[in-house]
Amino acid sequence: MTSIPLPLPDAAIVARRQSIVAELFKLLGTDRVIADDDGRRAYETDALTAYRRMPLAVLLPQSTAEVATALKYCHANGIKVVARGAGTSLAGGALPAEDAIVITVSKMRRVLDLDYPNRIARVETGITNLAITGTVAKEGFFYAPDPSSQLACTLAGNIGMNSGGAHCLKYGVTTNNVLGARMVLMDGEIVDIGGSHLDSGGYDLMGLIVGSEGQFGIVTEATVRILKSAEGARPMMLGFNSSEVAGQCVSAIIAAGLIPVAIEFMDRPAIQICEAFAKAGYPLDVEALLIVEVEGSDSEIDDQLGAITEIAKRFNPSVVKISDSPEMSAKIWKGRKSAFGAVGRLADYICMDGTIPLGRLPEVLVAITEICQRYQLKVANIFHAGDGNLHPLILFDANDPDSAARAELAGNEILTLCVKVGGCLTGEHGVGIEKRDLMSVQFNPTDLAVQMRIKTVFDPDWLLNPAKVFPLDARIMAEITERTARVAA
Amino acid sequence: MQLTADMRPETEAALAEIIMSACASKTILELTGGGSKRTIGRPTNSTHLVSTRAMRGITLYEPNEMVMSARSGTLLSEVQSVLAKSNQMLAFEPLELAGVVGGDALQATIGGVFATNSSGPRRISSGAARDHLMGIRAINGRGEIFKNGGRVMKNVTGYDLCKGLAGSWGTLAAFSEVTFKVMPKPPSSTTLVLLGLSDEIAIEVLCSVMGTPYEITGAVHIQQPLAVTLDHMGLRGQGKAITALRLETTSKSIAYRRDKLTTALKVYGQLHDLEQKSSEAFWDEMTRLSVFEASDHPLWRLSTSPSKGPAVVAAINRYMPASALYDWSGGLVWIDVPVTSDAGAADVRRVIASHGGHATLIRAAASTRAATDVFQTLEPGVQRLSQKLKATFDPANVLNPGRMYVAF
Repeated sequence: MTSIPLPLPDAAIVARRQSIVAELFKLLGTDRVIADDDGRRAYETDALTAYRRMPLAVLLPQSTAEVATALKYCHANGIKVVARGAGTSLAGGALPAEDAIVITVSKMRRVLDLDYPNRIARVETGITNLAITGTVAKEGFFYAPDPSSQLACTLAGNIGMNSGGAHCLKYGVTTNNVLGARMVLMDGEIVDIGGSHLDSGGYDLMGLIVGSEGQFGIVTEATVRILKSAEGARPMMLGFNSSEVAGQCVSAIIAAGLIPVAIEFMDRPAIQICEAFAKAGYPLDVEALLIVEVEGSDSEIDDQLGAITEIAKRFNPSVVKISDSPEMSAKIWKGRKSAFGAVGRLADYICMDGTIPLGRLPEVLVAITEICQRYQLKVANIFHAGDGNLHPLILFDANDPDSAARAELAGNEILTLCVKVGGCLTGEHGVGIEKRDLMSVQFNPTDLAVQMRIKTVFDPDWLLNPAKVFPLDARIMAEITERTARVAA
Repeated sequence: MQLTADMRPETEAALAEIIMSACASKTILELTGGGSKRTIGRPTNSTHLVSTRAMRGITLYEPNEMVMSARSGTLLSEVQSVLAKSNQMLAFEPLELAGVVGGDALQATIGGVFATNSSGPRRISSGAARDHLMGIRAINGRGEIFKNGGRVMKNVTGYDLCKGLAGSWGTLAAFSEVTFKVMPKPPSSTTLVLLGLSDEIAIEVLCSVMGTPYEITGAVHIQQPLAVTLDHMGLRGQGKAITALRLETTSKSIAYRRDKLTTALKVYGQLHDLEQKSSEAFWDEMTRLSVFEASDHPLWRLSTSPSKGPAVVAAINRYMPASALYDWSGGLVWIDVPVTSDAGAADVRRVIASHGGHATLIRAAASTRAATDVFQTLEPGVQRLSQKLKATFDPANVLNPGRMYVAF
């Protein structure tokens, strides 16, 4: 499955690889540079594994100053740079190029300051998402965004992609939880954006940087909000005989003004696969399963789950099961969070990430099934139902080029449908290369030009994470428009 | 097209045409919504006023999906009354600055709320206006109509211009339509009040309760000289500094959490309760900064780390008498200072520089606002990026130039 076109590498840069590596050794020291084939191969892809490109070299800086040195050198020599956290992007956001250097912040994972009275933590961005919570958990605090890859993924990557997670229905996504950042621009300049207070002075550059997919600079340090954990949390499972009815139940819960911490949805194939893998105790004889979690004291939890049960009963659930122990709660979540891994054991898959308006859920579920049937592919649906963020997993066989091609086409159709019903291409995984060429389904050329000009503000030569996010031809169009405008002026 | 002194386009296309003409002729526009906050920022010295006030109407409201779209000139009051009919609200509790700057609060538009990122006390628990802005249609300084975001909360498709443009005070683009998240109203609310605490102790209390799991949705401290000017008779009559915490959830949960907090805060004095109506009246005053309405003294908005709030205020008081209202558990400080040629800017900014944060001069005479930096001067790197951002959105520098910064 390699139908997404990638630009041809700059032969002149590739030819200079030996001298570039020698320069980097000199600038940063041999222990910061990976230049051998085996070493580089570990970085040739991310979690969109169908696409692989060997980078010129991989840098593992250990300080902001080293990142600045590296970027300054690359900038001066016109060398492209791909920033990388842990390489868990499902969208090819960290895919290298043969004429690019990979800079990973994964060795920069120190906690710089914990300030509980002000509820903030300042960390280096190579720290994993879960390690932030791990660090502050002893005081009863946590860092809210919780992508499924949180054990591995870095804060740097979360900032790049504006990562979400199951619990963002209540707590928001990365952009709502990051207050400040230290960022190195492509020319090596170090800038401090935002701070440790709740709003930044001047333009909201922090808001622009989060979700800019590593195209504005490399964020090496960040100040994040930490929150006090609830007294307790408990999930319940609701099983239904149709996905459509489950979708209606989600709408009814939201409409009633009850905002649980999370509402997760799985369809029959997803339930079967996750149960076989995680032995989570999921009911196997239902078409759709909702995992609804609420927080609070024991009695508050009882009240909320009681209210949700009352609403759910209007939709004749075949299963209503409230977790009765921490062990059971952990199992329920383990099943959900290991869903991608579980599916991956059975088949190759691509994970879609469109978001739709909640009211369109029933019809979109029907349409997803129809699309996948038409392409003779199986699909398992797992998603964050509370906010309409869908994750259809389209199963295919990577050894069968035809099946892979069909999977990609089916995925594109599903995402196009998401946009058509009023949603978007990606809710939390990012555009990367995967959805790059679909951007023009959601945006017109002006919409794209306005965004691309911001890229030019931060990185005038487009050296950072190039050939991602925007259709390749759109950039050319934007440049022509810009040039024409300049000539006219 | 002919640009006139007072333009009120009724459509997005008409607004785009105005801006395109201004761009071509390099004519400076003063861009406003209803003008309720028009005197905030540096004067633009424009003779061409453009208001979005005729671009009205709620274009989408799906209570079940908690989303609303409205043309930017739609009155905030209309948005709020339509939401109230479905028992919903804007969770960020728009801060209404009109009353303290001599504007007409009734003219405040929803576009203006997002263009100024006006967020009230509930910002500490629910996020700012920018966190609720999901989609925009807008016109940049080139006269180009563009969209960003959408009508769903989870959306990382392309760069997030909703956040980038929220709080840019009409200097980068004019919103023509905004789409935002709405939330159910809490079933019940109450406010717990401590009386007569010093600033240091009060902020210690507020920071510590924000570090509990009880989901405090408002945390303010009002110094005594300001507290006695509240409209709220019950509180003003106490004659003491007021420290207030808001709980908004089911009445049963409120009872439980109130008990927990009462125990935890016992050493700080007796906790007084404001029942729902009284509580709502108090927070309404906080969202319009009622205690500063009667004065015409310069009013500063300081953003800092919550625990540093009292030290910032004490340091400023070494230079000038300043009364303070602390919101966001101390992280947002409003101070009223004596009239001087620079409204105390040199001293206020020196203090902020040493404590971290930023200061905005919200209220001052036009001559003072023209001669003083109203918004905090930016660090050189951030300034360069900001200036380039302004240039890319508005290359002819016609959208509210100089309103935020002298240079752009």
